[in-house]
Amino acid sequence: MNHSFNQQHLADFAREIRKQTLYTIGNLGVGHIGGALSIVELLALLYGKQMHYDPKQPQLHDRDLLVLSKGHAGPALYATLALKGFFPLEELATLNQGGTNLPSHCDRTKTVGIDMTTGSLGQGLSAACGLAYARRVDQNTCYVYAIIGDGESQEGQNWEAAMFASHYKLDHLIAFTDNNKMQIDGYTEQIMGLGDLEAKWNSFGWFTQRVDGHDIKAMDEAIERAKAQSGKPSMIILDTIKGKGASFCEGKVTNHNMQFNLEVANAAIAELR
Amino acid sequence: MEQKEMRQVYCDTLLELAGQDERIMVVEADLMRATGTMKFKETYPDRAVDVGVAEANLVGVSSGLSAGGKIPFAATFGCFASRRAFDQFFLSANYARLNVKLVGTDPGISAAFNGGTHMPFEDIALMRMIPGLTIIEPSDPISLQSLTKAAAQLEGCVYMRLHRKAVPALYDDTETFTLGKGKVLRDGADVTIIASGAILVGEALKAAELLKAEQVNAAVIDMHTIKPLDEELVLTYAKKSGCIVTAENHQVAGGLGSAVANFLSENHPTPMAMIGIRDAFGQVGTQDWLQAHYKLHAQEIAVQAKRLLADKNTRR
Repeated sequence: MNHSFNQQHLADFAREIRKQTLYTIGNLGVGHIGGALSIVELLALLYGKQMHYDPKQPQLHDRDLLVLSKGHAGPALYATLALKGFFPLEELATLNQGGTNLPSHCDRTKTVGIDMTTGSLGQGLSAACGLAYARRVDQNTCYVYAIIGDGESQEGQNWEAAMFASHYKLDHLIAFTDNNKMQIDGYTEQIMGLGDLEAKWNSFGWFTQRVDGHDIKAMDEAIERAKAQSGKPSMIILDTIKGKGASFCEGKVTNHNMQFNLEVANAAIAELR
Repeated sequence: MEQKEMRQVYCDTLLELAGQDERIMVVEADLMRATGTMKFKETYPDRAVDVGVAEANLVGVSSGLSAGGKIPFAATFGCFASRRAFDQFFLSANYARLNVKLVGTDPGISAAFNGGTHMPFEDIALMRMIPGLTIIEPSDPISLQSLTKAAAQLEGCVYMRLHRKAVPALYDDTETFTLGKGKVLRDGADVTIIASGAILVGEALKAAELLKAEQVNAAVIDMHTIKPLDEELVLTYAKKSGCIVTAENHQVAGGLGSAVANFLSENHPTPMAMIGIRDAFGQVGTQDWLQAHYKLHAQEIAVQAKRLLADKNTRR
């Protein structure tokens, strides 16, 4: 999209993504609401400003790519893609129905605009490395973005990919950790503490930043700083709140995969600012 | 005849392919020297990627390369390609309908001195469970060259078992191979031996010679593609000979013998014997010792063929 930064426009877009995500999962009655809502501002920034793409030509070779490694947050990305015209908004109501193009976890073969299949946690960053390497061989200057979860960071494959990206100086790879501090069994620090994530990514040779993952302007500035770097991949750790923006689930440790109906969703939508 | 190392044939073939198609890439996990692909790296430094000792990332990065339009040939020892990176190959490559060619070297007992830790007897069984995956095991340098080219041309994932060492040529160098179409190396109507790979296809031919000396005419089929199985050929020879011996450098559970039995039991039940490893781990030893220990040799194939033949004659 690449238009200039417009706080109001992006905040409005984030609100619409949040609304459609709540609607999509509420309509189904169950889903991964917590980790979907925590990345809404990031998706609004990526698809509302930072990423270069054309919904009418979703396979454009020089488009920017996104690997949503925490594939269970698919519904937030589907809402984003639908709002940007990759497919009709009405399709969101088909989430997880037999034969749908919108499965709970991202599938590149089913959904227009999904760049990589994910769902088995820990695999997306490796794929993003391969995509970034392939683009560089082609002398294509597009950016490859990846979003991993903080709980997902417990998967060892991430750290194999971390070494790879640094070793091969993949400076057009910009990754985010959705640091919402919760995982299925409880608080991340209680289940399997991650220690100092910034120090970890720094020590793996990444240009590492840490910002508020609900502050669109702060994230935009971080991405610009990441793009100004050369010779290093970038990790932007986002401090987020799981279930952000919907009072029935915000910050609740049980919100990873939660049952709620359309009535609850509509009440949450009415609360959105 | 001069014997060329299979890994050299593999690398030369990839170099030939890479010269014609810039999408061809080599991805390795600190085994370039073993797989024999250093020459590829010297020729195409940007298109040869070493991920270090990290097999999950080997397959993950290869999947990303494929999503980026490349045709990666990712190789590591077969035990790691199958057992360690199975979920990555299953999901990031196959479920995602990408185009990753995964090469598992040192199949079965050919791992010899690396021993049981490095000796995949189960890679084909694991790979057969992946929907739509093509599984190949070339038996000689000629079939390796042809099948590697066929794998590159196929739009979709492939698992190839690669015997790295030198083995004698079984085919003329003009022979061509088609994925999913087995090769009849020798015709015969008494019993059919269906074999795969660089060790057992050769043993099957020797077994046919042993049987010939006892006036038994055995057909020998090189089933270089284990999936999709050449069902037409299996059915033709099941009907023709009425009994089948399978021979593979793999455990009998889930391998070539299982694939043939799965098909025949539903379509044309046929008495069978399976040469292969039976519910055992690997261990160190010379290849000869291991072949003798696990009964992966011509004598055992001939013994089983004669047993089936005697049963067949009793039934008549």
